[in-house]
Amino acid sequence: MASVNLEKIVKTYPNGFEAVHGVDLEVRDGEFMVFVGPSGCSKSTILRMIAGLESISGGELKIGNTVVNNLRAKERGIAMVFQNYALYPHMKVYDNMAFGLKLAGLPKQEIHERVTQAAKMLEMEHLLDRLPRQLSGGQAQRVAVGRCIVKRPEVFLFDEPLSNLDAKLRASMRVRLTELHRELRDRGQPSTAIYVTHDQVEAMTMGERICVLKDGTIQQVDTPTTLYDRPVNAFVAGFIGSPEMNIRPATVVARDGGLGVEIGDTMLPLPAAYSDALRNLIGQKVQFGIRPEHIGTPRSILAAGSQERAAIANCTFRLREHMGNEVYTYFDLGGHEFAARIPTDFAGEIDKAERGQTIPLGFVMDKAHIFDADSGLNLTLSALPPA
Amino acid sequence: MSSETIATALPKTRIPSNAEVLRTQRRERISLTLRYLILGSVGLLMLYPLFWLLGASFKSNQEIFTTIWFLPRDLTQLLDFSAYYNGWMTRTEFTFATYFLNSFLIVIPRVIVTLISCTLVAYSFARFEYPGKKLLFSIMIGTMLLPPIVLRVPQYLMFKELGMIDTYWPLILPSAFAVDTFFTFLVVQFLRGTPRDMEEAAIIDGCNALQLLWHIVVPLLKPALISVALFQFIWTMNDFIGPLIYISTVEKYPVSLALKMSMDVSGEVEWANIIAISIVALLPSLTVFFLAQRYFIEGATSSGIKG
Repeated sequence: MASVNLEKIVKTYPNGFEAVHGVDLEVRDGEFMVFVGPSGCSKSTILRMIAGLESISGGELKIGNTVVNNLRAKERGIAMVFQNYALYPHMKVYDNMAFGLKLAGLPKQEIHERVTQAAKMLEMEHLLDRLPRQLSGGQAQRVAVGRCIVKRPEVFLFDEPLSNLDAKLRASMRVRLTELHRELRDRGQPSTAIYVTHDQVEAMTMGERICVLKDGTIQQVDTPTTLYDRPVNAFVAGFIGSPEMNIRPATVVARDGGLGVEIGDTMLPLPAAYSDALRNLIGQKVQFGIRPEHIGTPRSILAAGSQERAAIANCTFRLREHMGNEVYTYFDLGGHEFAARIPTDFAGEIDKAERGQTIPLGFVMDKAHIFDADSGLNLTLSALPPA
Repeated sequence: MSSETIATALPKTRIPSNAEVLRTQRRERISLTLRYLILGSVGLLMLYPLFWLLGASFKSNQEIFTTIWFLPRDLTQLLDFSAYYNGWMTRTEFTFATYFLNSFLIVIPRVIVTLISCTLVAYSFARFEYPGKKLLFSIMIGTMLLPPIVLRVPQYLMFKELGMIDTYWPLILPSAFAVDTFFTFLVVQFLRGTPRDMEEAAIIDGCNALQLLWHIVVPLLKPALISVALFQFIWTMNDFIGPLIYISTVEKYPVSLALKMSMDVSGEVEWANIIAISIVALLPSLTVFFLAQRYFIEGATSSGIKG
């Protein structure tokens, strides 16, 4: 049983570049934690520091109750799955899985039991006799996972393990990995997992909690739904969700009985709940954020029952993308480009719209966020319903 | 949509006639034949000296110097292997068995120490960070550009001080310190081209640096190491200057020196004998090359790792 604790973890490279700036994080025992962020955000570096492949320049790293800063990788009780699987090409699958156990000096009988058990769990008993080059991408991935399982580590580390697979396989492996984690946890085996990805879909679907990173600092750590509904800043809001949240410059203005935001020449009224938080900002520049699914045609807004909270504005149509059940609609409002996700059933008027035509669209304003223009902090967080 | 509607929907296209297909196929065949003919004849032209050498080992001195055709005039001579026998026996008290054995006594230890030293040095250059690494690497590359001849005299004096003249040590010992820069460079480049993930996985599996080298790196390097072994084998087998400088006792001569000695003997030189034995001298290198060919090509062209 092991939690992973990072306290003020710093990574400075010999050339003086500070990649990780004092990260504090607790990964609870048995939890599936996802590190997500754009490339260069140091998510892999942090994972590699936990693994013992990179030295820790400062701070304290604990696995369970042990400080492991100066322990070698093999003494930390971890196992890792690499992006390109990193199977030993000259060893058969069985030996790939058994290699670590052999080095640890386990008796042959036990190695055999563990390997066959893991192979059964991953449905790959028929692969044990093959060489890595005889495996498909998905199979190699399973072997890499199997190599971790046999070691019965306290903590599983995954470094973008699905990014070399094609889209379909990735989706199914995602489910398998999540199931595997729950299965191990239900059996009472140690199953703390840290999973690094740049793909926010993987993060949202797999993570029990997600740690969003940018430039070596943690932006927000929370459950997927909280991250989605209550992002602490514009970066998290923009990173989580696809298509990404529309975040555009705007000005807070006063209107009869409340506040509004002015985007170019268009004013959208803000809900009364936001008044307290934004009263001091009248006349100031902010960033207005709204998710594409909270913009719709008058009919789709009506169908969703949010007509009372929605503001209708005249927009200039640019482009549509048919996704089957939804139509992604791109349009201009007040000189800025926005995207909307509109259910196909209610997209009638969009379907006929010409480029440059004016169309009325509704904005569900109590789902909108106002971010500080400079710091990007979410100013309306206190006014949003609690998670 | 049914097939009928597809057919009617398509504009009427010209269906190529059978004759047209045949014509295209014939044209392709002719051009292919022509290409092989040209390539084949050029290839033969290049190999001709080798054929001639083979044929000459069955000819008399007089015929060797008067004919250009590789087969002997009298084809029954091809059954007469006396040149091989005479060449093998030599005019000294030793046969070529001794000289071949001597050659192997130099070549085999040298290949082994080359492999060990190259791997160790290349591993350190490719995988470890330490102060002065870049400088050391540049110096190593620098020595590659140095003509080997400039080192002969100082090296000779050094080995003389060490009392190693007329032993095989001067021919083997330098390789134990990775002075065959070309090989070290080859292995470094190969190792740089292989991903580190496997080594990192092995570190997590619990390998220390030497276990890593033995269990993971050496198997990955196999194609490169086979190339190194092959080159070193052939080059050492053919080395003439090295033994000429350091070996003075006839009993210790390797094949290359012994061949030269056969030519030196005063009096009538029976060229067929010398040619015959030089063909025999080619055999070890050729055999080793063909045995290792598959790996050799892999080592010279790719990192051997599929993505």
